[in-house]
Amino acid sequence: MSLGLNAINICKSYNGRSVLKDCSVSLDSGGIYTLMGANGSGKSTFLRICALLEQPDKGEINYLSDPPFCPPLSEVESRGESTGRVTSENTILRNDMGLKRRMTLVLPGVGIFNTTVLKNVAYGLKIRGINSPAAEEKADKALEFVGLLHKKNHAALTLSSGEAQRLGIARAIVIGPEVLFLDEPTASVDQENTEIIEDIILNLRKDKMTTVIIATHDISQAERLAGAALVMRNGKITGKAF
Amino acid sequence: MIEGITKAFSLIAGLDLELLSIIFLSLRVSGLALVIAACAGLALGAIVSFSRFPARGLVITLMNTFMGLPPVVAGLFLYLILSRSGPLGFMGLLYSPSAMVIAQSILAFPIVASLSHSAIVNVDPIIKQASQTLGATPFQTSLNVMREARYGIMSGVIAAFGRAVSEVGAILVVGGNLAGYTRVMTTTIALETDKGNFELAIALGIILIMLSLIINGFLHAVQRKGMVKTTV
Repeated sequence: MSLGLNAINICKSYNGRSVLKDCSVSLDSGGIYTLMGANGSGKSTFLRICALLEQPDKGEINYLSDPPFCPPLSEVESRGESTGRVTSENTILRNDMGLKRRMTLVLPGVGIFNTTVLKNVAYGLKIRGINSPAAEEKADKALEFVGLLHKKNHAALTLSSGEAQRLGIARAIVIGPEVLFLDEPTASVDQENTEIIEDIILNLRKDKMTTVIIATHDISQAERLAGAALVMRNGKITGKAF
Repeated sequence: MIEGITKAFSLIAGLDLELLSIIFLSLRVSGLALVIAACAGLALGAIVSFSRFPARGLVITLMNTFMGLPPVVAGLFLYLILSRSGPLGFMGLLYSPSAMVIAQSILAFPIVASLSHSAIVNVDPIIKQASQTLGATPFQTSLNVMREARYGIMSGVIAAFGRAVSEVGAILVVGGNLAGYTRVMTTTIALETDKGNFELAIALGIILIMLSLIINGFLHAVQRKGMVKTTV
C-alpha cells in the first residue's frame, strides 16, 4: 500500500517572516517527485510540514490511503482503528503517531547516531518493538541495498559525507516507509556518491511502492530522477516542470 | 616522614585488617551515595533538559550553584535535620553510615544533575530531529538524545564519585568518625594526622590518590571514546 499526499494552502512563518505562502499540491501515491528551488525558497520547511514534523500556521496536510478504504466507517471504528475521514473515493488518514510512522524524512545533515552503522539502521525498527536479531537482519538488507554492508560494524561517525547520506537512506528505507522525503540528498556529496545515491533512489522506485519526494536545487538531477517536478520560489509553489 | 611512608607501604602490602575495613566502608558509603545521586541527578538533569516550566531557569542556577556547595555547610544543615530535635531526628540516623550516605549524596547530586544537563543540551539538535523522522515517540527521542550524551553523563557520574569519596567535612559532622562504624578513609587521615600517627594516614592517602588516578584515568578513557573522528 502507498500513500498519496494532498497539501492545501500551507502557510508558515518564523518570527514574522513568511516562509511558506499558500502552498498547495496533490501527489499521487507511488511516484517520484522533486521539489526544486533555490536555497531559502522554503523547500525544507515544506518537506518538514509534509512529513508531519511541524505544524503549519494555516492549511491542511492530508494523506490518502491507496487503494481506497473499503469497510464501512462504523465497522472500522468499532475495531478501534484510526480512520480519519472517509470520502467516497478514498480515506483521509488521521494525523497521529501511526500515520507519522508510515513516512520518514532524510535530513540534509542526516543526524548520524554515535554508534555503529548497523545500530543506526536498526534504530527505527527497534523503536517499533522489533527484536534485535530480526532488526539487524533487516538492517543488513538495507545496508546491502545502499552498498554499505561491508561497513556495518564501523563507527558511523567515521563515514564520509557521501556514505553518511547513504546510511541515512538505509536508515529510512529499512522501516518500509510509504512516503520517503529526501532533503537535498546530494548537496554535500561527491560525484561518485551522487551517482550511487541517484541509483538507490531509482532502484527504490523499481523495487518498492514508495512515494518519494526529493528537495533539490539541481535541475538536471530533478530531470534524471523524477517524472514530475514542483518549482518553489519565495515560499510559493510556482509551477510544475517537465 | 620516610619511616612513615615505609610503614604505610608495609600496611598496604600486609593487607592490614583495620585498613581494609576502612577502605571497604569508604567504598560502600561512596558507592551507595553515588547510586542515589546518579539516579536523582540524571532524572533532574533530563527533566530540565527536555521540558519547559516556569522555574526552569532557577532550577538550573541552583544546580550549578550547589555544585560548589561547601561540604561542611551541607553537613551542618544535615546535622540540624537529623539531630534528635530536628525534623528527622526520630529516625536515629545521626552518626551512622546512613547519614554519611545522605551527606555524600547531597554533595554528589548537583554534580550529576548539572553535568548531565550540560551534556544533554549540547547534543546536536539534528539527533532529536533524526529520531523524530524515524518515528520515535517523544520519550524514545529523549532516550536517544540521552544515549548520545552518554559520555558526558558518565563524566558527570565519575566526577561525582570523586567528590563523594574525597569528602571529609560533611561526613565528619554527621558521621562522627566512630572507629569501626563510621570511620572512612578521609576522616581517618584527618584524625590520625592530628594524633601524629602518620603510617595509617599516609597509607590511606596513597590509596586515595591511587583511587583518584584510577577515576581520572577512567574519565579520560570515557572522554576519548566519545571523541570519535567525524571524517575518514
